[in-house]
Order: sequence, then C-alpha cells, then structure tokens
Amino acid sequence: MKTHAHTSNTYIGAHIERVEDYRFLRGEGQYLDDVSRDGQWHAAFVRSSVAHGRIRSVDASAALAMPGVHAVITAADIEGDIPTIPFRRPNPTIGPYAQPVIARDKVRYFGEPLAMVLADTPELAEDALAGVMVDIEALPAIIDRESAMADKILLFEQTGTNVPTMFNADKGDVDAAFASADYVIRDQFATQRQTALPMETRGLLAEWDAQTGRLSVSGAAKLPFFNRTTMAKMMNLPDEAVDYIELDVGGGFGARGEFYPEDFLVAFGARKFGHPVKWIEDRREHLMAIGHSREASCDVELAFKKDGTLVGMRGALYINIGAYVRPNGMTPVRNAAQFMSGPYRIPAIHLDAYACVTNKTPAGTYRGPGRYEGCFFIERLMDQAAGALGIDRLDIRRKNLLTHEEMPYPLATVLPSDGRADTQCDSGDHRVTFDTCVKESNWAEKAKLQGKLIDGRYQGIAIGCFIEGGASGPQENVRMLLEADGMVSLFAGSSAIGQGLETILAQIAADSLELPMERIRVFHGSTTYLKMGWGSYGSRATVMGGSAVLDASKKLLDLFRASAAKRLGVAPETLTIAEGVAKAADGRSVPLAEVAGDRLEVDGSFKNNTPTYTYGAAMAHVAVDPGTGHVDVVDYVVVDDVGRIINSMTLHGQVMGAAVQGFGSVFSEELVYNAEGQLLVGSLADYLVPLASDYPVVRCVSMESFPSPTNPLGAKGAGEGGIIPVGGVVANAVANALQDFGVQPKILPLSPSRVWELIDDARLRA
Amino acid sequence: MAIGFEVNGRAVSVDCAPRTTLADCLRHDLKLTGTHVGCEHGVCGACTVIVNGDAVRSCLMLAVQAKDAKITTVEGLSMEEGLTPLQTAFKKHHALQCGFCTPGMLTTLHALLSEEPHADEDRIRDVISGNICRCTGYITIIEAAMDARSSYQSGEGDKA
Repeated sequence: MKTHAHTSNTYIGAHIERVEDYRFLRGEGQYLDDVSRDGQWHAAFVRSSVAHGRIRSVDASAALAMPGVHAVITAADIEGDIPTIPFRRPNPTIGPYAQPVIARDKVRYFGEPLAMVLADTPELAEDALAGVMVDIEALPAIIDRESAMADKILLFEQTGTNVPTMFNADKGDVDAAFASADYVIRDQFATQRQTALPMETRGLLAEWDAQTGRLSVSGAAKLPFFNRTTMAKMMNLPDEAVDYIELDVGGGFGARGEFYPEDFLVAFGARKFGHPVKWIEDRREHLMAIGHSREASCDVELAFKKDGTLVGMRGALYINIGAYVRPNGMTPVRNAAQFMSGPYRIPAIHLDAYACVTNKTPAGTYRGPGRYEGCFFIERLMDQAAGALGIDRLDIRRKNLLTHEEMPYPLATVLPSDGRADTQCDSGDHRVTFDTCVKESNWAEKAKLQGKLIDGRYQGIAIGCFIEGGASGPQENVRMLLEADGMVSLFAGSSAIGQGLETILAQIAADSLELPMERIRVFHGSTTYLKMGWGSYGSRATVMGGSAVLDASKKLLDLFRASAAKRLGVAPETLTIAEGVAKAADGRSVPLAEVAGDRLEVDGSFKNNTPTYTYGAAMAHVAVDPGTGHVDVVDYVVVDDVGRIINSMTLHGQVMGAAVQGFGSVFSEELVYNAEGQLLVGSLADYLVPLASDYPVVRCVSMESFPSPTNPLGAKGAGEGGIIPVGGVVANAVANALQDFGVQPKILPLSPSRVWELIDDARLRA
Repeated sequence: MAIGFEVNGRAVSVDCAPRTTLADCLRHDLKLTGTHVGCEHGVCGACTVIVNGDAVRSCLMLAVQAKDAKITTVEGLSMEEGLTPLQTAFKKHHALQCGFCTPGMLTTLHALLSEEPHADEDRIRDVISGNICRCTGYITIIEAAMDARSSYQSGEGDKA
C-alpha cells in the first residue's frame, strides 16, 4: 500500500486519503449480510397492514406447516409484559408511549411487527409470511397533527391525549418584546415526513451460547453500548454477557443503530431455539420500519424594530412523531424549539413545541434533527420580513448575526429538561462565514439576475445561516496498546458509520504520538473492545473520540518515558521524546518499538457535556421553469466554521454529501400516507433520493477561525451542518425567482407539481 | 438447477433454485460478497456486475440466465493486490464514504469507460445517475471517473 509522505505532526488539518477505502474499493468490506453462521435460521416479519386496530388473533398454523419453517414467534410467546423500547432521553410524561417490541393487543401503525417467522432460508421465511393469518378490527386512523390534537381518537386511551409532551423554549420577556416591536410577521410552514435512507438496509445476526450464557448481536451501529445495556436488561442478563459487534456499516444518518423492535425479537429467537438467527431488512420493509423524521409544522411570529433588529420570537411547533416515542423520538421536537433561533440574536423567545402521536411509523432523528425544520421556518420568515420592511436580505441578517464578542451565547432554555435544557454557542463570529459566503457566491453579480426570465426560466437567489450542534456528551473512551510488532492498536468506543472514523482517529493518534499513521491500527464500535463506550451520534466522534485519543496518547508517552528511562538508567524527566524515540541527554536513545515487550497499555477518555456549535451560511441560485414547476439548482455555496479541521477531504465529503441530501429533502423525498394510514411509498422508485444528474454543483468552503474552547482539539462536530440550511435557502431562492408572481413557498417538498401549482394559483389571483 | 458460467476469469458451476437471482447466487453460493444488494428492485444499482461486457443489475437477473456468461464483479476488477486506476481515483477524490454503493459504482463506470474511454462528463453523469449514493452527493464520483478516463484511453484501465 502507498504510504503518505507526511512527517510527524502534520496529519491533523491535512487532506489525507482514507485508510478504510482500500477494502471497500476491492469489494472486501464486511457488512452484516456478508457474514453467515452454520445452522443459522433466517427471520422475516409479519407486519400490520392496518394502521390502527385491535388484534383479534394471529394464527401461524399454516405457516408452521410450510417447508423449511421452524417457528413463528408472536406476542403469545412472550411471557408477562411485552418489553418496551427504552428512551435515550426520558422525560416525565412519555412513559406510556413506549413501543412494545411486538404488538399484542393493538396495532398503531402500518408496518408494526406482529410475528417473526424463522426458516432455513430468507426465501422460505418470506414465503411463510403469507401463512400467518392476522385478524385485526380496524379503528379510525389519525395521520395528521390536527386530528391528533383534537384528541377524539386516541392511540393510548389510558393517557387521554395524543400529545406525550409539550416542550417550552424560553428566553427573556417575550410579551414585552412584542409590545415594543415596530413590525411583527406571522406565518405557518410545514416540512414533510422523510427517512434517512442509508444504502445498506438494517440487519442483525444474533447468536446465543447456552453453555456460557452469552448473547452476541452483530449489526451494531451508532450506539452499541447503550443498546447492549438495553438488550441485557430485556434478556435479564448482566451487561457483560451481551456483545454488540460492529461490522462495516452502510450509512447511518441518524436512523440506523437505534434499538428497534427487531433487535429484541431476533435475539429472542436465537436464545429460545439455540440457533443463530439472521435478519436482513428488505427495502420496502425499511421504508415502513426504520425511524422516520421531519414531519413538522409551525405557526410562528418574529418581532422586529423598524431597522430590522430582531426583538422576539414566539409561536407553536408541531412535530408528528408517529405511533410511539422511540429512543430519540423527542430529539427533533426539543431541538426545533431550542435551535430555531439559529445564529440570530433574539433576546426574547417563547415557543411551545408539541409532540403529536399519529398512526404512522414512529419517528426519530435524521441528520440535523429539528434544526433543518427550524432553519426552514425562520429563514422563510427572515426573507418575508426583509421584503415587508424594505431592508436588503443581506443587511437584515448581518444586523442580527451573533458576533465573537457575544460568545458564549446562550440559546433558549428548553423544559421539561432532557438533560440539555440550557446550552450556549461556544465560539465564532457568524458575520465572517456570512461575508465569506456572500463573496464566494459572487452575490453582487448574481443579484442582478433576481426574478429575471432567462432562457425560459426564472432566476432566484437566497442566502441563509445555520448553527449545528455537535460533540454530544457525556464521554468517550479509548484504549491504546503498544503491540509486540511496534504497532499501536487503538480501540475506540466511537462507531464507524461511513464517515471515515478510522482515518480521523489514526491521524489524531499519529500526530499526538509523533508516529507515522501506518503505525496506528484502529478498532472501533464493538462492545468487546472496551468496558464502556458511547458511539457516534450527534456529530460527536471526531471531538469526543478524538479528544479521548489525545488523552491516551499522552498517557502512552508517559509510560514510554518511564520504560525508556529505566532502560537507560536515567531520570524520566531528563528524556526528550520525539518521533517515537526517547533520547537521553548523553545522546543514547530508545525507540518505541524496543519497549514493546513492556506491554504498554493505557485507557484514555474525554468527558464533556458542552456541545460544540459549528455554524455557517449557504447560498442557493435556482432557475425555475414556470411551465413545469421544475427547479434547477444552478449554484450552491456552503461556508462553515468547524473550529479546527482534522481532515479537509472527509470534512468536505460530509458537507457536500449533506447538502445534496438536503436537496432531496427540499424537492423530492416524501413518505406519503393515505387517509387510512397506509404508507404509499414502497420502493426507491417512489422515494426519490437525489441522483448524480440532479445537482451537479455544490461548492464548500470550510474555515477554522474560532476553535472550540470545549475540547483540546478545538474541533466541532461537522456531520450535519451541510443539510440544515438547505430547506430555507432553496425555498427563499424559489420565492426570489418567482417574486413577480408573489409566490411564497410554505410547504416542502417543492416538487414540480407543487411549484407549478404555486405559480398557477398566483396567476389565477392576478 | 446446475448452471455453469465464468466469474472473474474462473469457471464455476453452481446448483441453485430457479428463482435465485444472480446477486444472491454470487453472494451466497459463490461467496462473492463484494456485490451488494440495496433495493432488490433494480433502482439503486449497488448490485451491478458486468455480464459479457455490459453493466447489469444482478438483482434483476436470474442466476439461470447467466449460463455460459462471462461475469466480472468488483472482486474481479483487480485480481492482484492494489487498486486499478479507477479505484485509485475513487480514493484520491474521496468518491466513497460508507462504501456500500461503491462496488456498483465501480462496475458501472468500468463497463462504461471500457466501452467509451472518451465519455464526457455529461455522459458519465447520465450513466452513473442509475446508481444511488446516499453519502457523497456524487460530485466526487464524477471527478474520480473523469480522472480515470486517461487510463482507459491508454488501455490500462484494468491494470492494478
């Protein structure tokens, strides 16, 4: 393999090709379905075709008579109460809304698991699904927030409401602020239901060793240690008896790796029958079973002074979270409330954020949860306010952007607390990224095109700003070991979900140990490597895992110093250590490899509950075809400040990839349900993600002007920022293009038919 | 059913059920797990393999239809250690993240550039628009393909 020409201490900040690429490019990656065990059974799930109903019976006798079928697990096979999916961030009122791992009395969404078939092959298991007879008495389904909040039909009768929680985001005196305002704008907006759609569907392989009483679950991602503890509790086993094994992971984006009903059921089957059980989700199943997200609406007001100074924000947000509160089902709700103010200085805020249950697939997080939605809402309001006040769209933003002098800047307090009630932007000057974006996008030239019809298409531009929370706490651990061959093995609690973790951690370890990167081997994600770890979520792996690596490197070098001093017969503090060699004052030296026999091993950790806030601005230039409603993204520029760049190549990969995902959110992706609560999207021919021909231009500029004070790297999480501003910026650009028609997009996605209708309605009005 | 065909230069014979897809046959019977299955309905392109020179979705082809065919999977792009120019360009341009779609991207582009080494950016973009990548946003994939063209033009496209 090719080696890099880097000397020590030059990896961080460089453009480093990834170490994981070699195996992926040669087809040697090992994803879940690439692993098999002798004697394994294959699982397939019977899922409800009714969105809301009472279960009369589940009869598996015909399935059990089919060839190759070993068993069918239903709720009747589980003794006592059905275990429920835990909450990652509990609050006092969501308890009754937890999802049972299999439906027993009632089904609450299309796709809810009713039975699991176990057979010799996946084909036979799927064949047998038709042999499980399910009788459900259908109840009226509620699919939108209006009917949910009417509380006439209840998903959970015992609670008396379809609103598990209402969060309040508060700051300052909002009534006084609105009383003092010169201008108030109020409007309603909505974003559509989506899912993260990783290219590898979910999968699990569970193995039970009856002799040792150990359970092993392959297919971990995101947060293996939390899921291990959850599984151990459900299985009535000690934590140490459960392993979660991470293989290569085909994308996460917030949805993969949470504890799902199938985690329990597959493991339950493996334990009950003593056979390894494997399950690979198919794509149709994926669309109805993995966490959804983004179905949000709002009715909000912004209050301004005449000169465009923001003085207050108030209103209500409604998040349709589907049928149950899943592990992080509340995250988008509380995030939308806390982060809607984004990068703007708003002294007084009061937002009520309602979580509403409906008969749809339970929701969770998708990249930039709650932030994408909130950014769309406020950026639309900012442009409309600028128009009404007669203030330039750049000026109204620049006037209200947070400055370096105001850091750390507290955001609104969100209650009930999920442990993160208070937070503050850690560092930065939002004017810098904003001005860079204006310059980089050649705004002054593009501004001449606004609203013009060129070659049959209306041209529009817009700019918007965002903040991205990262570095989710509370801690990350690593273990570092000097191997007999002189290599350093690094075992990390962080998970690899496609973001280049092996490269990033190896860079940080190599620089901090002053060794070539080729001397570092990174192992990650499985619970077998460490007693405790956390994982990769909330854009945390680089900051949390990377800072833990720094801690371990320092400790390993201390041990090296002690070992070398002993060998040389000198005091440890008289040694200088550089580039893997300890040198005594008299010129004698000991290289690191020479002390390998001393078994140098250290634990490193980093504790931090203070999030980082990457921030930035994005510009979109669109061209709208009034005949078809089709929107082309002619140019897109995103500028962010990430505190400190570890690898410019993987960083740009994150930002660019997230921006293009965002175009899918704005224009085409939508999980459509009918009035009965049946999901009408069953394939990738219906769920339209961006393709290579759709969005050929995305430019990104990354800055590191204001390192984060929260961690020794100075880095900030940067996996989500790219997607956050896309909805607001693109919708504003479309409004700008269609200014002569007075079109104001308020609902996403901006599909060709919706844009055409907006134009057509405007023509009829005129 | 017994079927014989050639995969990555090696003659193989397999016994599989008539309904077995070529993708499942390659993955499960021949243990060539580099070919990935992302949708099983011919939209995502992750399972693309090269059959008699053409890029084909192996989830839409039955194994029995491969009788006597010459098949190249991602494992067959470089039989030696090391990477082909196209694979090297993917690494250089960061044209992959999670790696799941990558085998299909490589086989599709290898088939295209072997046939049309002078394909321009529009043509490459058009062809690769049949393969879904959720991570990269595609821009770096197009850059990598453009970069690799010269090796195909000089007939070195399949040299590791």
